[in-house]
Amino acid sequence: MIGRGRVKLEAALLLAPLLLYIATGFVAPIAAMLWRGVSDTEVPRAFPRTLAALADWDGRNPPGDEVFAALADELVAARAAGTLNAAAGRLNSDTPGLRTVVFATARRLARHVEGSPRAAILAADPAWGEVETWGALRRAGATPTDTHLLAALDLRRSADGTITAVPEEQRLFRAVALRTVWIGYLVTLLCLVLGYPLAAALVFVPRRLFGLLMFAVLLPFWTSLIVRTAAWMVLLAREGIINQAFLTLGLVVEPVQMLFTRTAVLVAMVHILLPFMVLPLYAVMRQIPRAQLRAAASLGAGPVAQLVRVWLPQTLPGVGAGALMVFIQAIGFYVTPALIGGGADQLLPFFIGFYATQTVNWGLAAALSILLLVGTLLILALFGRFLGLAQLRAA
Amino acid sequence: MSAIGRLLWVVLSAATALFLLAPLLVVVPLSFSSASFLEFPPPSLSLRWYEALWQSPFWRQAGLNTLIIGAASTAIASALGTSAAIGLWLAPLPGRRAIFGLILSPMIVPVIITAVALTFAFAPLGLAASHWGLILAHAALGAPFVVVTVLATLSGFDRALLRAASACGAGPITTFRRVLLPLILPGVVSGAVFAFATSLDETVVVLFLGGPEQRTLPRQMFAGLKDTIELTILAAATVLIAASTVLLVAARLLAARSARLASAAPR
Amino acid sequence: MMRQTLALVVAAVTAALSSASTARDLTIVSWGGAYQDAQRQVYFQPFTQATGVRIVEDSWDGGIGVLRTRAQAGNQTWDLVQVESEELLLGCDEGLFEKIDWARVGGKDHYIPEAVHECGVGAILYNVVLAWDRTRLQATPTWADFFDVQRFPGKRGLRRGVKLTLEIALLADGVPRDQVYALLRTETGVERAFRKLDTIKPHIVWWQAGAQPPQMLGAGEVTMTTAYNGRITNANRAEGRNFGIQWRDSLFTIDSWVIMRGSPNRDAAYRFLDFAKDPRRQASLLPLIPYGGTARGANEGLGADLLAVSPSNPDNLNVSLMIDDAFWMDHLDRLSQRFNAWLAR
Repeated sequence: MIGRGRVKLEAALLLAPLLLYIATGFVAPIAAMLWRGVSDTEVPRAFPRTLAALADWDGRNPPGDEVFAALADELVAARAAGTLNAAAGRLNSDTPGLRTVVFATARRLARHVEGSPRAAILAADPAWGEVETWGALRRAGATPTDTHLLAALDLRRSADGTITAVPEEQRLFRAVALRTVWIGYLVTLLCLVLGYPLAAALVFVPRRLFGLLMFAVLLPFWTSLIVRTAAWMVLLAREGIINQAFLTLGLVVEPVQMLFTRTAVLVAMVHILLPFMVLPLYAVMRQIPRAQLRAAASLGAGPVAQLVRVWLPQTLPGVGAGALMVFIQAIGFYVTPALIGGGADQLLPFFIGFYATQTVNWGLAAALSILLLVGTLLILALFGRFLGLAQLRAA
Repeated sequence: MSAIGRLLWVVLSAATALFLLAPLLVVVPLSFSSASFLEFPPPSLSLRWYEALWQSPFWRQAGLNTLIIGAASTAIASALGTSAAIGLWLAPLPGRRAIFGLILSPMIVPVIITAVALTFAFAPLGLAASHWGLILAHAALGAPFVVVTVLATLSGFDRALLRAASACGAGPITTFRRVLLPLILPGVVSGAVFAFATSLDETVVVLFLGGPEQRTLPRQMFAGLKDTIELTILAAATVLIAASTVLLVAARLLAARSARLASAAPR
Repeated sequence: MMRQTLALVVAAVTAALSSASTARDLTIVSWGGAYQDAQRQVYFQPFTQATGVRIVEDSWDGGIGVLRTRAQAGNQTWDLVQVESEELLLGCDEGLFEKIDWARVGGKDHYIPEAVHECGVGAILYNVVLAWDRTRLQATPTWADFFDVQRFPGKRGLRRGVKLTLEIALLADGVPRDQVYALLRTETGVERAFRKLDTIKPHIVWWQAGAQPPQMLGAGEVTMTTAYNGRITNANRAEGRNFGIQWRDSLFTIDSWVIMRGSPNRDAAYRFLDFAKDPRRQASLLPLIPYGGTARGANEGLGADLLAVSPSNPDNLNVSLMIDDAFWMDHLDRLSQRFNAWLAR
């Protein structure tokens, strides 16, 4: 007889490789990336002394001479050391235009310094006479920081420390977050409306049609997302199949713009996610004894009463599981909106990718990631508990 | 149910089934078109787009990369996933829920976050823009599927067989190879099928983490679709649809087989 | 059987992986699409054939942020990249690119002066021109005519944005090419440009994508428009259009090759640049896609039809104005704001 402890040890040893792998190769990179959302390294690396000198600045008037002196030294040193680029980029993502200010000042200071550091810096660029320039420098200097998280919510901290909304024309992310949730909701709703009857049909259909119907659900389910996106592009393009059909039938006189619209994004996303609604619904519906419906009928319940009183309540767990799976996947969609949507149809993931690779605003990309991940986990935790995660796995 | 309700139900279900299949049914015939544009129905059939696909060094390399990355990541995911599933099944460990959450996390985290995070983490290690980087990433994404399917197969496995084997003097490795593995093999293979399908489908991580030498079929399609829709893309799509169909059939057969095995196992 | 197959698969994958992990090949990055197809035919494939140096191609959509990200993330997989003039200036300033060793690419005098930069070797030259449909308008209009809706009724197409729009307004107002930017650096110059724009404001159709102007001309939506010269020539060639190009006072810019800083394939990159400097080779791009070569003599021996569409043909180049990116780097934000306010008024 093997001892219980020995079995536990064996079990742990068998589990260890995958756990280690996922912990180091997956969870750790994600944690490191998310950490960027609450930390700032570029400016502290380039201007450590300036930041230290700024620590007890009041935020209402331009800082004292010792701060200017430290900045003058560190601007020149950072330019030589190659750390200025990252720091200037970080400041520029906070306040557009600061990159030019930083580089121009460093260039001039490297050439010659006349008079006091304060005079030299102000002569190089008058922007250093403004409080908000220093505010940007101080904002970019702390770890942990809420700067990126605030920016992801269209908020910012002004030089004196109060949190305010960014100007109307710069606001973006609240609208993007709302759009992401709204599209996720619409896709979920449409999947439910289309998927519910289909799942029921799978249960009640004659045997010879079952195979065909199941194939119609499973083939798209197994087909690459990129293939299905391509298929919709072929259908919806200006010179695509649907426009050709419309023109031939004389329904329209010139091609309709369908690609790069919100409707196109919804249609393709519903198509891609529909199987995730149908399959859990089917799994739940299959378990409902038909005898119950017959019993209800024999007790005099009409078709509507049978449906509403007997059938519907028992399918609710499937509805919940399907809706949850569709929704959390929908809000993470990247490829389909990128190819099929217009500029106003991009979801949160697009902006994460944009700030990570198109501009060097990694702090903001990380803060948006935190927003998306926390949202996903919250929904999963709330509804997952409510539904029982077991159903999710069964599906 | 009333006749009208029933009719509505039938029509709606049929329409939805058509909606699900139609896009794929359009792509396949178009890929055999002899025309240069999206003409439907195709004026006549030809293999010219498949020839173009085969002739193009870009597409050939993409196909090869897809296979290499798919095969290697599936191998890693299957080995680690099977081992972990057996571990989970063997004994109740403390923190089982947390362990399960950790294992399933690659399925839950939005893939854009995975892609960006791995790109940042792998670049300093020289793993960005390398086959190995993508293999490691895809293995992490595929492993949860292996764990789930193998665990499902194991639930029908009789633990008494393990005790019997060890009573007969078999060591743990022999027991695994001669007793456990043959019985759970359908589950392992179907987990591997899922893991391979995951790698085959994966676009976002490849877009961010891969370099120009790691173009896979999905990435090549993504780049092509951003430009003009050439019919070679549809030929590639059809190849991928064929691959999915094979995987789908394999998964169904394996599922049926492991269900049979589970019910046949002595209680 | 199964075991053998498995062994075979393992062997194949191992072989593929070990070959993939050795030092990477020269990676060249350009704009993709029809342009990169033409480059492949004219430069990439012949280079590999002639030297045996393998090229890996990638493409991008531009943006200095992409280059900054790659430098900062340590994700350095690009060697030779084609960049626009603005990225050349910014990236050179920030130390993203290698300084060019001109001795290795034929010396500065091998190229037209505009193609020579501290960090970049000019690759192609192209223009924003005044274009019109000859089947509808028989004259050969100038910028002055562009702003004269009495003599030439109809809409005018302009690219939405302040860049180039101000230059064109001053040119139309009679400012000589060489004084345009000097004048725009003053408040009176900017004021004068906006006053000139006021005169045709209701007649302007703003375009955004480069594909739009030929479409607008073809549909008769506008009488004259600004357009990229390549788009106009391609419409004439591929769609049988008869669009005219006014080279006088058109605005040109140059895309350059840069070598990414720290590239392990620097030598191969220089070999490629040396190969690509051949004027005859550069000229053979013109029949495929009408962008001008940057080597001196890239237009010698060309037929009249190609000379007419070549941006670097001295007859065309000498009457064009180079877009001043240094000016726009300093003033774009401020002038954009003013332009948007003007537009909304």
